[in-house]
Amino acid sequence: MPEKQRGRYAALAIAAVVIVVGIPLWWKTTETYRAWLPFSEISELDSLQLQLSVDIEVVFSRGTLTPEQQKKFPLSHVNEKEHQVDAKTGLRYKYETRYRTATIMEEDALNQPTAAEADLSLHMLSESSCGSVVVYVIPESSTLLPEDVKVYVGQRRTALLRSPPFKTSWNLKEVLSNLDVEVEQVVSTMSFGHQDIVAALSNRVRMTKVTKESMADSMRAIKSSPGYEITFSLLNPDPKSHSLHWDIEGAVQSYIQPLLNKLAPIANFSVDSQILYYAVLGVNPRFDNSVSAYTLSADSLSHVINPVEARLGSNAASSNPVLNFLLYVPDAHHSPLFIRDHSKRKVPSNAFHSPRWGGIMVYNVNEMYGPEAERPVDININMAKVMGVFLAQLRLMLGVQHTHPPTGFVLQSPGSAGLADWELDRLLWSRSVENIATASTTITSLAQLLDQIGNIVINDNIAQQVSSAVTSLQSAVAELEAGNLAFALQYSREAILASERAFFDPSLLHLLYFPDDQKFAIYIPLFLPMCVPIVLSLLKIVSEAKKRRADKQAKSD
Amino acid sequence: MAAHRCGLSLVCILIFSSLAHPSSCDTLEKANDNTAEKRSISEVNTDGSVAGEALNERQWQSTDAEVDRSDSTTHSEALTPAAARDEFQEELVIRPLHSGDIYASFQFRTLWDTDFLQEGQKVSHYRLFPKSLGQVLSKFSVRELHISFTQGFWRTMQWGQPFIPSPPGAELWVWFHDTVSDVDGNWKELTNVLSGIFCASLNFIDLTNTVQPSASFKPLGLGNATDHRFLRYATLPREIVCTENLTPWKKLLPCGSKAGLAVLMKSEKLFHSSFHSQAVHIRPICQDEQCSSKAWELRQTLNVVFDLHTSGQGKKEWSLFKMFSRTLTEACPLASSSKVYVDITDNPEGELFELSPATPLLGQAVVLGDRRTYSVYDLSRAETFGQLRSFNLLLRWKGDSGDMLRPLLHAERYVAGFGLQTGEIHTVIYNNHPYRAFPVLLMDSVPWYLQLYIHTLTVTSKSRDNKPSYIHYQPAKDRHRPHLLEMLIQLPPHSMTEVTVQFERALLKWTEYTPDPNHGFYVGSSVVSALVPSMVAMRTNFTQDQPLFSSFVPVKEESSYFVRVYTEPLLVNLPTPDFSMPYNVICLTCTVVAVGYGSFYNLLTRTFQVDEPSPPLSKRLANLIRRMRGVPLLT
Repeated sequence: MPEKQRGRYAALAIAAVVIVVGIPLWWKTTETYRAWLPFSEISELDSLQLQLSVDIEVVFSRGTLTPEQQKKFPLSHVNEKEHQVDAKTGLRYKYETRYRTATIMEEDALNQPTAAEADLSLHMLSESSCGSVVVYVIPESSTLLPEDVKVYVGQRRTALLRSPPFKTSWNLKEVLSNLDVEVEQVVSTMSFGHQDIVAALSNRVRMTKVTKESMADSMRAIKSSPGYEITFSLLNPDPKSHSLHWDIEGAVQSYIQPLLNKLAPIANFSVDSQILYYAVLGVNPRFDNSVSAYTLSADSLSHVINPVEARLGSNAASSNPVLNFLLYVPDAHHSPLFIRDHSKRKVPSNAFHSPRWGGIMVYNVNEMYGPEAERPVDININMAKVMGVFLAQLRLMLGVQHTHPPTGFVLQSPGSAGLADWELDRLLWSRSVENIATASTTITSLAQLLDQIGNIVINDNIAQQVSSAVTSLQSAVAELEAGNLAFALQYSREAILASERAFFDPSLLHLLYFPDDQKFAIYIPLFLPMCVPIVLSLLKIVSEAKKRRADKQAKSD
Repeated sequence: MAAHRCGLSLVCILIFSSLAHPSSCDTLEKANDNTAEKRSISEVNTDGSVAGEALNERQWQSTDAEVDRSDSTTHSEALTPAAARDEFQEELVIRPLHSGDIYASFQFRTLWDTDFLQEGQKVSHYRLFPKSLGQVLSKFSVRELHISFTQGFWRTMQWGQPFIPSPPGAELWVWFHDTVSDVDGNWKELTNVLSGIFCASLNFIDLTNTVQPSASFKPLGLGNATDHRFLRYATLPREIVCTENLTPWKKLLPCGSKAGLAVLMKSEKLFHSSFHSQAVHIRPICQDEQCSSKAWELRQTLNVVFDLHTSGQGKKEWSLFKMFSRTLTEACPLASSSKVYVDITDNPEGELFELSPATPLLGQAVVLGDRRTYSVYDLSRAETFGQLRSFNLLLRWKGDSGDMLRPLLHAERYVAGFGLQTGEIHTVIYNNHPYRAFPVLLMDSVPWYLQLYIHTLTVTSKSRDNKPSYIHYQPAKDRHRPHLLEMLIQLPPHSMTEVTVQFERALLKWTEYTPDPNHGFYVGSSVVSALVPSMVAMRTNFTQDQPLFSSFVPVKEESSYFVRVYTEPLLVNLPTPDFSMPYNVICLTCTVVAVGYGSFYNLLTRTFQVDEPSPPLSKRLANLIRRMRGVPLLT
């Protein structure tokens, strides 16, 4: 039966060609391109263990310790605290404290008449690194600080601490443990508090244990972003009666720019301004006879902005978040206009702010001209007054929190720089943690998404973004651990940029909706007629083979 | 609030995260967190409504700031406001047309003495100039920008020349600064940003409909840039213009639509018209006659032609209220000049129509080669508004207007031919000047799917071949760039010149068809630019007090004036397939393959056996009988 044999071989050969060549070819040509992603490293990032290291230097000035106690100096001590925020997120704070006595030059600096001067000359002596804290312990009897002040926090990264009464009989350990509580308070003021860090993790962790205070703080501050647009708008609803002039260029230079220069490591800022005419608020202020002025109550403030917002316009040239600061000059028929808070008191600054949006200040000009003045009245706006308010609002929006210092603490106001070094450090800590939390959430959810939907094409550029985000994240965590705050922030910014770019890449959407049933509807006209003969002849061959074996068995039996 | 702006991207997050975790609510909550402050506050705080309320209160907080009271004395200082470096002018020209229609042209001009393109100095503080446009200019290094949105077609033969011509649909042409290295990239991004600003589909401008004309579009402002690598020109003839384009356009005005001439712009009236065109022109110009410093000019124009003849039951009279359903009550307080002009050239003695209120102010201006007389109403004067404090211009026709002079230059275009394979584009240009010949520049940009046969290009005037003195032709590349044809043609006096070129229609890929392919495909207007001999001497000197409508195009010589005429856009049918075709093709191909394969397979695997031929019926019968009888069988 050679003929039958040949037919069988032909069927088997066709089946083999289909299986060996056809199916791999079909598989290869219809495959979606998926570049390799570092899934294992991403899953490691899913459970985040952050370690924050702070360098603390405690310097004892003359007259605080007995020579006996000083003998063991310099001395260092590491204190670690661990918090488990949730199942996947842990925090560890490592405080590395070094104790030493003051050098002669530092002693000289501490002999300045006032605390501010001492602070400045200490700063001249040595520049402390970003994120570190130096505490100078001064004798109890020192006149540097006022009577009831325990701690003075300067404009840089130094604090002066009035030493609590030590007994001369104590050994060093007792002295230091006595000092520990106070140093810890100083550090949590100047560097970071647990609540702030947890609030910064809000992108990862469900907020349950956070106090209302820090949650409000973190919600008020605008989200971390690589850049911000700050827009000042002067609203003049009545150009017929008021012709307003503001020297915004000079004011930005002298009030806002120093702060922004200080914040340059955190983000890029661009500032612009505009004047909007006939821009009115969304609510009609009510006339209050008791003060003979128009008032806006706190409840109606939320309706004020919407009609104005339509006029503000978004930034045409970038997609960074915008912070709006509006200066509203009420028209002649509705002035003066005052804002009242919830307890019906007049707000002294006459300004309010909205979280993550910006602020509005009402600027009354009706006292600046008499009733007989010729319209329109030229009015120069006092920018010092306006910028004071806007600067305070800007600090709030940027997340430079109002820290509530413990009793006995005096915080030196940041002066012309707009921001003290330690305030910047606090911001850097929480921004780094926030960036790391956001980037890790973005990357893990992207990885999960790509893992679950096999149809999505992963191009090389996305894989590259993901890998660079992962490496930046790892470096950021490592730098945070090593205490290099500035690098940690920089890496975390890179991580967030790369992760967002990967997450929002339009190429990910291309093949998202390509359901299987439709695919098979296309394939069936080809596959069905091709496979049925092959399958049938294979079945036939198998059954014949079985029959033959049965025959053989029967024969041998 | 901010939520609006990030709404779109958040929808994306929401989609993504819900896809990633169809069952877990963690990520969904994360998305909500960003969506809106208020919502997230109330949602996150599930543990108690009191806490939620407390936080809601925080939503709007008074700002505690140390208020600097020390220098409050500066208020009372004598105020000497710095000389304003920007100024704003507004103007409305009304011209009764011979056809009985009314042509109303608004022009708003903002001049700003600043330089967006200066190195190292960022312009970021805006007063009258709109911030959004300023940012665009400096970000994309734009030297000159002209954008127009037009609904309807300007009928030159009936209406004469418009002050600023524009083609139907959207037109955008931009000169970039010569420091730009990636012009195409800037152009792409610029069109996207502009489509956001003007709420138009300018994002459909890409390389397939962008051309770089070599001669037709010269900069109108300062700087004699000639390198057309930095010029981009595109039209979207299909763009429909409506209120959503008007609103952002009005927002660019310093007074918005709250005061001044802009109060007249009510969209339901403006779009109930025969022709509507709004435009924005930005260019650098000289600040003074010596041209010592540069200023930026933003000109916003809006041209409307009202067909009051048919809507007014045959009565030929109109008023501001009838046209715009508003009257004027004040000038924009920010405007340095605010004027209404009415063209009364045809009515020197008042025999044709009557204007009320009458004005003693008369103005003369040379526009488009013609000296026109205007009644001028100055809105910055209180007496214009009279006792009623409202200004409602009324015009009553007394007699029939005479025939209009034919415009000196006129062009039209149509497609000829039959079938779906080939066709012919005819462009006809008329020179109606009785004795002067003048050259015109004809520019045609034809999409790649009409394959022009440039060897069939013929130019004939007075039935004689007219050889163009300059031809610039850039052939199309399929799916990459359109055809560009520019020609300098000398038009003999009182003649009709016809330009024809044949084309073949291409077959598109099935994804390249528009949603309604049987409607046809638009081909943008041809542009005819010319220096037309003027009837009167043009003023070449630059003066500030010239009316805006006569000062848009710089006049270089006294004897002629510049005119641009747009022809009709074309609507061409392309061969359109049946769109269920792909699946049919798949099915058909598969069936053919399956049939071929089936027979092939059959041939290969069938086993051929030699069959024992069965004995014939007679033999079988014989054998049957033999078996019954017991005799040996036959073989």
